[in-house]
Amino acid sequence: MIDELGQFALILALVLSLGQAGLSIAGRFRRDVTLAGAGEGAAMGAFVAIVIGFGALIHAFVTSDFSVMNVAANSHTAKPLIYKIAGAWGSHEGSMLLWCFMLTGYGAVMALARRLPFGLKASAVATQGLLGVLFIGYMVFASNPLTRVVDAPYQGNSLNPLLQDPALAGHPPFLYAGYVGFSVVFSLSVAALVEGRVDPAWARWIRPWTLAAWSLLTIGITMGSYWAYYELGWGGWWAWDPVENASFMPWLLGTALLHSAAVTEKRGALASWTVLLGIGAFTLSMMGAFLVRSGVLTSVHAFAIDPKRGVLLLGILGAAAGSALALYAWRAPTLKDEAAFTPVSREGALFLNNVLLAAATAVVLIGTLLPLIRSAIDGTPISVGAPYYNLTFTALIAPALIALPAGALLAWKRGDLRAALRRLWIAALAAVVTTLAIFGLVTPRSLLAACGIGLGAWVIVGALAEAAERVRLFRSPLPEVGRRIGGLPRGAWGMTLAHIGIGVFALGASFETAWRAEATEVLTLGQTMRLGAFELRLDKVAQSFGANFEAERAFIRVTSAGRLVCEAEPDRRLYAADGQTVSGVAICGNLLDDIYVVSGEPRPNVNGTQTHLIRAYWNPWVRFVFAGPLVMALGGLISLTDRRLRFAVTAKVRAALSPAAAE
Amino acid sequence: MTLVRGLQRAAIGLFAVVLLGAAAGDPADRLADPGQEAHARLLFRDVRCLVCQSQSIDESDAPLAHDLRQVVRQQVAQGRTDAQIRAFLVSRYGQFVLLTPKASLGNAVLWLGPLLVVVLGAAALVARRRAVAEPPGLSTQEEAALRDLSHEETL
Repeated sequence: MIDELGQFALILALVLSLGQAGLSIAGRFRRDVTLAGAGEGAAMGAFVAIVIGFGALIHAFVTSDFSVMNVAANSHTAKPLIYKIAGAWGSHEGSMLLWCFMLTGYGAVMALARRLPFGLKASAVATQGLLGVLFIGYMVFASNPLTRVVDAPYQGNSLNPLLQDPALAGHPPFLYAGYVGFSVVFSLSVAALVEGRVDPAWARWIRPWTLAAWSLLTIGITMGSYWAYYELGWGGWWAWDPVENASFMPWLLGTALLHSAAVTEKRGALASWTVLLGIGAFTLSMMGAFLVRSGVLTSVHAFAIDPKRGVLLLGILGAAAGSALALYAWRAPTLKDEAAFTPVSREGALFLNNVLLAAATAVVLIGTLLPLIRSAIDGTPISVGAPYYNLTFTALIAPALIALPAGALLAWKRGDLRAALRRLWIAALAAVVTTLAIFGLVTPRSLLAACGIGLGAWVIVGALAEAAERVRLFRSPLPEVGRRIGGLPRGAWGMTLAHIGIGVFALGASFETAWRAEATEVLTLGQTMRLGAFELRLDKVAQSFGANFEAERAFIRVTSAGRLVCEAEPDRRLYAADGQTVSGVAICGNLLDDIYVVSGEPRPNVNGTQTHLIRAYWNPWVRFVFAGPLVMALGGLISLTDRRLRFAVTAKVRAALSPAAAE
Repeated sequence: MTLVRGLQRAAIGLFAVVLLGAAAGDPADRLADPGQEAHARLLFRDVRCLVCQSQSIDESDAPLAHDLRQVVRQQVAQGRTDAQIRAFLVSRYGQFVLLTPKASLGNAVLWLGPLLVVVLGAAALVARRRAVAEPPGLSTQEEAALRDLSHEETL
């Protein structure tokens, strides 16, 4: 019964989205506030309906209702509750529902936004409604999560054990909140083209949405990367896997968008470029959804599904992105975009940032798509793997990081590069000292890695120097500095934090890539192996039991020069429900570094004693790799709380809750 | 039923993932000469495990990856050059086996595409510099609206 109610609610959401689009378009062209208001109401209704449908699916998972095909295929009664709930978005169908949940949710918040002018808002709500029609329609007709089966099985097929993990349970909601957050920017960009006007106020309106989407996407990608790091047992954190790339592309373009929107907001320049990025970020999100689900990619993470759905998703991508880009081609030349600036200025620096980020996006896009295109055209499959990306991507991002601290200190319109560099003497000093120290002290020597770490220091100290400059630290009396710190907008703090975050990431990525160590040995109980400066001793192997698996757990003592560093307990888990064996990685270590241990299959030795294959990595500074992006996301979220960027819904909500006061 | 087929495919894919114990450094397989072994490991990173999903044979524990590693190790031990080893792998498995696409006309877009973006960007900057014109000011109404929204400069 609840499933049918949910099914009904999903269909209702489709109808309401249609209504949202139709009413908003009619309201816009008749300049009728009531009609447009009805469209906004439909947007909120669509969200409520999706929430009901989503609730029904989660209910089906929690109660293990195997008469629902999706639950039977992805759940199991023995699964812990949290993974039953997470199972609701662990499959293709469920993740599409999560996508629609986000899409209508953002649409509902936009419908509540107060400050948008009538025409722009009605057009944007209509566009969001059309996106809703496409995606909810796809879900209802081609990928329905609540479809029943005739003969309900007694037991479910279980969720892939690799996906039964806290980081992965939370990864899709963040990722999708990020992906789909760009839909609002897309809608506002299309609306701006319809209205034929892109001005600083518009750029300010898209900013909170861009910030929210970007921050959440940053968190989602980081969680996914961390999951791949400790769950897949390969010791790495980024593989340039096509599905990772699919999430990375909207992030890169979204980062460019954040910066170009700042130029449009402050100076009115780059208006049509900002609109193009606004369309592009969500287009890449949709392309990611298509690539992951169509089965055209060979990837660790791809959902295996039939190609028919892939064609449908390609159609949706083509319809949404194609019409938006056609509209852009038609209307963009009419946009006013003539604010002048010299190359050496804040605008110039942000422009450079955008060119490099766009080129980096092109690297990832071409690298991901070319194998598909080549095999479609001439049937010669090629591989584009990590070596290509590492080279080209680094070549584009390093100059962006070099320019970053100076760019942030340049004035708008016409900057003074010398003065900016003079203020960065301390960052330059930090960079040089760090580079030399790392080059001189860490063996084996690597100039490239030392430069990468120096670059990280340059960015971090540069960001701090810029913040100090803002509050006139050491140049004004202390009370004045205090007053300035108090008066600094949250957006400025957010920017400083985000820049520190990318610097921290550069430190970790450079160090870990250059100096990670690996060792693999076959050990009997009591034997030791060397891993860099550490000794690992296999103390014992014992049986243990988890909620829905039984495991063989190894106890390994990690020492360095006789001193205990930590105890690692990797295991091998057998999930009886699906007969799979999964390696449970053990990670232990100190503040910055990880000792990463995986225990392989037991091997009988010649004389009959049991031996175990132990593989271990020392991943120095790897925690910076995950901490950096989280600091960036935190910066984005702090900027979002800037009072000038509020979604401006509170007052309206308050008014709606107390109708008497509103009248 | 497509769902069942899909699940089967998922299970096969997973099999490859679960096997990903990555025993590229398995002591039973290692070459006696540590220098040669390290060199072989470098080569592994550029060779695709053809049955796994976008992994190099250095990362995969699939049986085929193991076989390929042994082939590469043997050839390294025989003193064959990197180019010879790569050519051998390509002659057997096609260009797909190498993770670094070779420099060819069909692959040129990999490098020229991003370069084009940079060149276009530089061109746009130059063009903008020529067309120096002061922007028309905002109307008083717009100024007021903007003031209302912003009180201080950021970013």
